[in-house]
Amino acid sequence: MQETLRRTPLHDRHVALGARMVPFAGWEMPVQYEGVIPEHRAVRRDAGAFDVSHMGELEVEGPRATELLQSALSNDLGQIEPGQAQYTLLTNEQGGIVDDLIVYRLDPFRYLLIVNASNREAAYEWLKDRELRGSDVRDVSDEYGLIAVQGPRALERLGLDPAPAFTFAEGAVGGVTCMVNRTGYTGEQGVELMAMADEAGELWDAVLERGVAPCGLGARDSLRLEVCYPLHGNDIGPDTDAISAGLGWACALDKDFTGVEELRRIKDEGPERRLVAFVMEERAVPRQGMPIVEGGEVTSGTHSPMLDVGIGLGYVLAGLAQPGSELTIDVRGRHRRARTVEKPIYKREE
Amino acid sequence: MAAESYPEDLRYHPEHDWARIEGDTAVLGITWYGQDALGELVHYEPPDVGATLSKDGAYGEVESVKAVSDLIAPLSGEVLEVNDKVVEAPETVNDDPYGEGWLVKIRVADQAETDALMDAETYKSHLSTL
Repeated sequence: MQETLRRTPLHDRHVALGARMVPFAGWEMPVQYEGVIPEHRAVRRDAGAFDVSHMGELEVEGPRATELLQSALSNDLGQIEPGQAQYTLLTNEQGGIVDDLIVYRLDPFRYLLIVNASNREAAYEWLKDRELRGSDVRDVSDEYGLIAVQGPRALERLGLDPAPAFTFAEGAVGGVTCMVNRTGYTGEQGVELMAMADEAGELWDAVLERGVAPCGLGARDSLRLEVCYPLHGNDIGPDTDAISAGLGWACALDKDFTGVEELRRIKDEGPERRLVAFVMEERAVPRQGMPIVEGGEVTSGTHSPMLDVGIGLGYVLAGLAQPGSELTIDVRGRHRRARTVEKPIYKREE
Repeated sequence: MAAESYPEDLRYHPEHDWARIEGDTAVLGITWYGQDALGELVHYEPPDVGATLSKDGAYGEVESVKAVSDLIAPLSGEVLEVNDKVVEAPETVNDDPYGEGWLVKIRVADQAETDALMDAETYKSHLSTL
């Protein structure tokens, strides 16, 4: 049976812009407009806009909302106040990652969770199953459109003032009221604008009118990979733990949450494998699923538009995790040399 | 990037590969449609000089940021030359798919195979069905 793909409120605009539309996580999404490389460079040098309305939004509200989320999420909500946001993980009993997400503290008793499109149902059900009396979990995804505007000139083009990362406030762009979140997935300055679904089109038009380049999921992936942000489903998942993935910084191991005992054990004993970043030393483009000959597997790979070389993330035995280790990637039967590097792979030249 | 075109002097394979037949040798490449579908090329994995191509078989790979694609041989033959310029600068294929962006030169093993390839008009009709 053919699955019916969902469409975001901006679908017709993507088609009118000549985007190449592809299925992604049950959605029909633009993978590129002009091309992945020019879109990628637009974000690194100026500003680009991404329709990320496919992402899920969950609201958790009530006098015991904090209690529910403190027991389900890895990071410590005690560190954020209303108006602040935090990268965090929804973990399982094994310390595996059900989803990675950003939690926004709307007020002392109300939180917004922006979750991966592919995990919207899983994250909702996970929390719903654990709901307490006094905490209400709702999937509000269909009410909102979400537009990421990223790049060194993003704020200037939108006429927004700088603000610290991982904060948010109500604002407006082109007369459209939206939640202005100082978050992103590209390693650049920028915002993620959340508007009511029926106003998202007007917001998108206002963003593009300010000279921001429309960008597809292709550039979104190459941008996040250059700065080593993990992608759930590739680099992290229910069978990979946060410590091995290098996400220990997002785990408050001194509080109680699902899987914390296992994560403490892995941290104490040291993980067997670690997620590393690597750069090809020979011409080749690493891809997800390629074996690493020394023991391991590529979880994400692409050609870096900024460095003009093959780059990737993959799990290797802990002994090979330090930067500078030589790896061999099995590229469809051909052995190609690579070297582990410090994260992020791409750093802005100061 | 080049403008869409399908030169009359070439022969075409449905997998978006072209052949310029010159006596008992042929130069091979990918069509404008083929490079457009992939996007800007970032890698060309060529065959070795001396390798044997068999018609309809994969003889190398080209990759864009987001995808890898096999190169399908429109004709059988022995590889005489590889275009090193494309190895060094794969985007040459996007800029000039029928000229500077050629991929390999081969000695044609079986002239009869050339009859099975499409002319430009037939290939364009094929594209209109995709």
